[in-house]
Amino acid sequence: MNDEQTFADTIAKDQRVEPRDWMPEAYRRTMIRQVAQHAHSEIIGMQPEGEWITRAPSLRRKAILLAKVQDEAGHGLYLYSAAETLGADRGDLTRRLIEGRQKYSSIFNYPTLSFADVGVIGWLVDGAAICNQVPLCRSSYGPYGRAMIRICKEESFHQRQGYELLMTMMGGTPAQREMVQDAVDRWWWPSLMMFGPPDDQSPNSAQSMAWKIKRHSNDELRQRFVDMSVPQAEALGVTLPDPELSWNAERGHYDFGTPDWDELKRVISGDGPCNAQRIAHRRKADEDGAWVREAAAAHAARKAGTRS
Amino acid sequence: MTDEIRHEWPLYEVFVRAKRGLNHVHVGSLRAADHEMALHHARDLYTRRNEGVSIWVVRSDDVAASSPGDKEAFFAPSGDKMYRHPTYYAIPDSVPHI
Amino acid sequence: MSFDDAYEALTDHADDSRWAYGTGFADPLAGVDTAVPDGADRAELAAYCLMLGDDALIMSHRLQQWVTRLPELEDELAIANIALDLLGQARLLFARAAEVEGAGRDEDAYAFLRAEGEFRNVRLTERADADFAHLVARLLAFATWRLALLDRLTASADPVLAAVAAKGVKEVTYHRDYAAQWVVRLGDGTGLSHERMQAATDAVTPLLAELFVPHETELRLVRAGVAVDPAATREEFDDVWARVLAAATLRPFPPAASAGEAPAEAGPEAGPAGGLEAGADGGLDGGLGAGPARGLDGGLGAGPAGGLGAGLGAGLGAGLGAGADAGAGGRHGVHTAAMAEILAELQGVARSVPGGVW
Repeated sequence: MNDEQTFADTIAKDQRVEPRDWMPEAYRRTMIRQVAQHAHSEIIGMQPEGEWITRAPSLRRKAILLAKVQDEAGHGLYLYSAAETLGADRGDLTRRLIEGRQKYSSIFNYPTLSFADVGVIGWLVDGAAICNQVPLCRSSYGPYGRAMIRICKEESFHQRQGYELLMTMMGGTPAQREMVQDAVDRWWWPSLMMFGPPDDQSPNSAQSMAWKIKRHSNDELRQRFVDMSVPQAEALGVTLPDPELSWNAERGHYDFGTPDWDELKRVISGDGPCNAQRIAHRRKADEDGAWVREAAAAHAARKAGTRS
Repeated sequence: MTDEIRHEWPLYEVFVRAKRGLNHVHVGSLRAADHEMALHHARDLYTRRNEGVSIWVVRSDDVAASSPGDKEAFFAPSGDKMYRHPTYYAIPDSVPHI
Repeated sequence: MSFDDAYEALTDHADDSRWAYGTGFADPLAGVDTAVPDGADRAELAAYCLMLGDDALIMSHRLQQWVTRLPELEDELAIANIALDLLGQARLLFARAAEVEGAGRDEDAYAFLRAEGEFRNVRLTERADADFAHLVARLLAFATWRLALLDRLTASADPVLAAVAAKGVKEVTYHRDYAAQWVVRLGDGTGLSHERMQAATDAVTPLLAELFVPHETELRLVRAGVAVDPAATREEFDDVWARVLAAATLRPFPPAASAGEAPAEAGPEAGPAGGLEAGADGGLDGGLGAGPARGLDGGLGAGPAGGLGAGLGAGLGAGLGAGADAGAGGRHGVHTAAMAEILAELQGVARSVPGGVW
């Protein structure tokens, strides 16, 4: 078997492609792009919630949120580390991010306006992320799949803590219940958009499915998310802001309205409420830290020099 | 990927022993300026949830790996030596403790 | 559409032991006797727990502010870990204070409902960090001091404090190590980093004297075998500090600073904390309005709002011959301007929703 056949055979047998295996250049590029975008999303995703750590209204919530945001940094690292096995370089990927040449999940371009947003992000945003991510644990690229396993395990607490916070707040004062409903109203549609454009408008999907980089289509996953979320919303006592939402017995699924795809395009292309702010924040951290990284490298080089 | 960024920290591979009696297992990689930093970072990144009792770190460029192209030559020869495996030998079920 | 069991599918075996994932968590206080030891006054023991708890809470707050802003992602993990450790220490200490005080307050009442003058943290913890060098300088000082304290506190006559200290020693040992490594890397890194590291240690130096000045409550609890006299940690602190700075090729702190006087140079970037009133020799003007909220002699148990704004001078430690800073520091509720900012951020949401549950 030549390289190409071996690769095709590995995919066909549902085995994993490993770092030093031969792979088509397009597969490698697609994989780097997907893993890097995912890593960027974890790192940028620290910001909307990170703003609330110092302001969390109970010490227990503060510890939970801090651990969660820390996990996101860790998940970003697992993923950058997977991307590096493909020959990418983290510093280079970070530059692509802050120069706007690589994307991250558009969801993080929406602002967090109250502490209830922390709960709703856990429930809906992390819930949507889990729908997306669990199938990725079986991604054909080994290091990515393994990183996703670890991430999914660790994220199982993220969604639950969010839902628990919302339940607690719904049992609190009328003002707290309003905060929760307001947050649900703002995050519901952006969460649905996390699954990407509809299948008939998703250019890269077919190839990714064939390579088993992706396991389910955008629309399948979106439907699954809606079906999961509706009963959870009912148990919580909040209303999902979609008048078209109704059970379709024939399909065995909930029917739901159409997200504003123009808005998604705007946000992806950089025109969301917080795009500039998120990138500027990441850029500043990177630039402010440059002298520190250089100093550590200089120190290490000096130590290595005196040792030999 | 380009030369201008070589002042960045090198990549380290991380191995964690989950508990006594088990092997160190490769868990991933990270960047660090030196070994001490790599150990600190490995502890923070890969043992946040009580996952380890011991950590090894090694510079990724110091790892020598077999090449996938050599797969046949490296691994196929052991494939037919069934006599190394206990199941190769037929022992009647009536014989205990073996 | 069915969802695969992802974990099983990929590892090809459901054997979690490879990761020892999330096992072995232990309650640090399991089986510990919670009775108040003989010879210790309940109110004073509660106050002491708040002192050590406030140090951890406010230091943790400053570290939390660094999250998403650190020089490298690995340091995001490290600083978050340290902040979490300290937050955990604060919660254990607040829980002990609540238990001993018996006034129905809980950890959140201490964190979110006290006024500035009721906080007993040393002022080193309040200071904003102008850059990463300031962060690691302050963390080195704080962790070195706290480790020396906690190490001695493991022998406390209060079994709960001893257990909290034993847990804390393990954590803070790592904090000190992390900070020391960074101080050395930056001090002995590039020309620029050396300069910034020197400015940072210089800026932290004037805040050190306060760490070793005992409050009268501490002294009384020392006699009961419960507390540690912070003055006893000085030697260890000076030794570690000097050794790390030497390894970092940094100028050791000016001898004058140990007497609580401001060194000639305080570093160009004093940071937002500004006006640090180094060695404020008893001047209380800094704490106007806040004031020590409650004389520690005044008896705890007075309830949450007890003695707020009781006025200057109440409960000050003057007359104990404790040193130049006596009566003027964080242990007496006298804080720098930075503290108001911290509390606005820390307490804002909690206070804006009356009766809120979280």
